[in-house]
Amino acid sequence: MPKELWKGNEAIAEAAVRAGLDAYFGYPITPQTEILEYLSKRMPQLGRAFVQAESELGAINMVYGAACAGVRVMSSSSSPGVSLMMEGISYIAGTEVPAVLVNVMRGGPGLGNIAPAQADYNQAVHGGGHGDYQPIVLAPASVQEAIDLMVLSFDLAEKYRAICMVILDGSIGQMMEPAEMPEMRPMQRADWDWATNGKMGKRERRILSSIYIEPVDEEIMNLRLLNRWKTIQANEVRYKEYFLDDADIVIVGFGTAGRVALSAVREARAEGIKVGLLRPITVSPFPYEVIDQLTSRVGSFLVTEMNSGQMLEDVRLAVRGRVPVEFYGRLGGMVPFPDEILGEIRRMAKTKLSMNVHPRDAWLERMASIV
Amino acid sequence: MTTENLVYERPAGFTDTPTHYCPGCTHGVAHRLIAEVLDEMGLTQQTIGVAPVGCSVFAYNYFDTDFVEAPHGRAPAMATGIKRVLPDRTVFTYQGDGDLASIGMGEIVHAAGRGENITVIFLNNANFGMTGGQMAPTTMAGMKTTSSPNGRDVETQGYPIRMAEMLATLDGVGYSVRRSLHDPKNIRLAKKAIRMAFETQNRGLGFSMVELLSTCPTNWGLTPVNALKFLEENMIPAFPLADCKVGDAVKQVKI
Repeated sequence: MPKELWKGNEAIAEAAVRAGLDAYFGYPITPQTEILEYLSKRMPQLGRAFVQAESELGAINMVYGAACAGVRVMSSSSSPGVSLMMEGISYIAGTEVPAVLVNVMRGGPGLGNIAPAQADYNQAVHGGGHGDYQPIVLAPASVQEAIDLMVLSFDLAEKYRAICMVILDGSIGQMMEPAEMPEMRPMQRADWDWATNGKMGKRERRILSSIYIEPVDEEIMNLRLLNRWKTIQANEVRYKEYFLDDADIVIVGFGTAGRVALSAVREARAEGIKVGLLRPITVSPFPYEVIDQLTSRVGSFLVTEMNSGQMLEDVRLAVRGRVPVEFYGRLGGMVPFPDEILGEIRRMAKTKLSMNVHPRDAWLERMASIV
Repeated sequence: MTTENLVYERPAGFTDTPTHYCPGCTHGVAHRLIAEVLDEMGLTQQTIGVAPVGCSVFAYNYFDTDFVEAPHGRAPAMATGIKRVLPDRTVFTYQGDGDLASIGMGEIVHAAGRGENITVIFLNNANFGMTGGQMAPTTMAGMKTTSSPNGRDVETQGYPIRMAEMLATLDGVGYSVRRSLHDPKNIRLAKKAIRMAFETQNRGLGFSMVELLSTCPTNWGLTPVNALKFLEENMIPAFPLADCKVGDAVKQVKI
C-alpha cells in the first residue's frame, strides 16, 4: 500500500478495522474521540458492530460480552475513562478472554488536562484493576508504529487470551504523519473452543466466568495466568535500538518521550558524544534482559519519561545498582524539548555521576530551576 | 414410573444441579419458568444467559445453555456486547434488585433506551440478599433491613424505585411488566409474561423486561409461607402488578 497522510487516532481506528475488528464499543473523551467518531462511520459501512456506550463502564462490559462471544473486539479511551474501565479489565483478565484497549493518555491525576502525558504507565503495566494479572502493553512512538501495533495487539490478545493495551499519548493520537496501512484482512470469525456463542446443537454448554469460589481453584487459575505470563515474557519482548553499538550513555524512553530523546541523541552524536537510545515497544513485558546485558558494557543510563519516573523503577530493577541511572521527566501534560534532553546528555558526558542519590531526587533538584 | 404418571420433572433446559438457594426462596421458581419457556420455544440451543452478582450469581449452574457471569450490575452491557455480534442468538440477563436497580442502574436504563433486543428477568425481593439483607433501592418505606434497622426512613434514605414503570417510559422498550411469584395463579401469569418477553426479543421488537416480585424468607426473617403472605400483602401494594408497557407490535403477538 502507498503511504498516505494519517491522523494518529484515525490511523489506529482504520488499522483495527483492517486487522479484522468485529465490534467496537466506546465513549467520547479527549484526546481519543476521533477513534470513536471514525468507527461510528466505518463499522456500520462494513456491517460490523459499533455502539457508543453510556459510559466507559458500559463500553468495557460490552467489550467483555463480545469477547466472550469470541469476536475481535476493542475499546479506546483516555486516562480518566480507562480508570473507569478497570473493573471490566480485571474481569476480562479473570475470565481469560482476549480484548484490546487503546489508552490515548492525558495529564492527570483526576480530570487533569487533555495534553500529552505518560502518567498511566504504572496503571497499565501493573494491571490497574484488582487481582493478580498482567496485561500486555504496547507503546508506539509514531503513527506508523501505532498502525503496526494495533494489528499486532489483536494477534497477541488472542494468542494468550489476555488483555492487550496500546498506550500512546495525545500527541501521537492527534498528529498527522505519512504512514502505510496494511491490507484489509478477510473477515473470518475464529471458532474458539471456549467462546460462549450458543450451543447450536453442536456441543455441550460453555460457561465463562471469573469466579473461582474455592481458593484452591483460584490459586490454580492465578498460577495458570502467571505461567502464561512467563511465556509472554520469553517470547514477546519488543524494543528498538538506536546507536547502541558503541554507546557509553544509554537513554531509555518509550513512546513520545523516546521519540524526542532520539532527536537529542542525534544532536549529541553530532557533537561526538557516544550516546544511544533503547526504546521499549512492549513496556509490559518490559525488556529487563536487554537492559541487564547493556549494563555490562555501558557507563550510565538516562531514563526520559512524561511522568515522574514510573518506568525509571523498572530500569533500576534491571540495572541493579551496577552503573548510574539518571532521570529526566516532564509532567502534567508537558512534553520535553530535544534541547532539554540534550542538556542532560551533555551534563552526563562531562560529570562524574553519583550513585548515592535516587535519580528522581536529583532530577527534582534540577527541576527547581526549570519550573 | 411410566410416562403416563409423570406429572412433574426437570425442564430439558435445566441441568441436574441441586439448588443453592435458601428454602422458600422464589429464585428457583423463576429459574424453572425461564427454562420451561426456552424449552417450549425451542431456544435452549441458541440461548446465551448473563448471570449477575448477588444470590443468583450461580444462575449459570442451572441452565443447560451457554452462560457468562457479569460484574455487579453490568449484565445489560455484557448482553449488549453479545447480542450485537450474535444478533440471531437469544440473549437474556437474570438480575436481582441490588444488581439491576442500584449499581446497575446506568446499564439497564441505557440498554432499554437503546432498545437492545435482549430480555431481562428482574427479581425484586426488596433487599440485597447475598450480602445478608441490606436495604436496596426497592426496599419499601418503613421496611427493616440490616442497613435500615429502624425501617427505611424515606426522608434520609429515599424512596423505593419502581423499575418496570420507569423503563416503560422509554421508546426502546417493547415489553415491560411486573408479575409476582407468590401463588400458583401468579406463577402461571409470570410464565406467560416471560414467554412474551422472549417472543418480543425473537421478533426484534425491542427491549423486554419482566420484573418478578420475589420472597427472601431468610433475610426477611419469615417462614417461607409467611414470606409469601408478606409479599402479597406488602409488596404488591408498593409494586403493583401491571403491564407497564406492551408495545403495539408486541400486542399483536399471539401465543
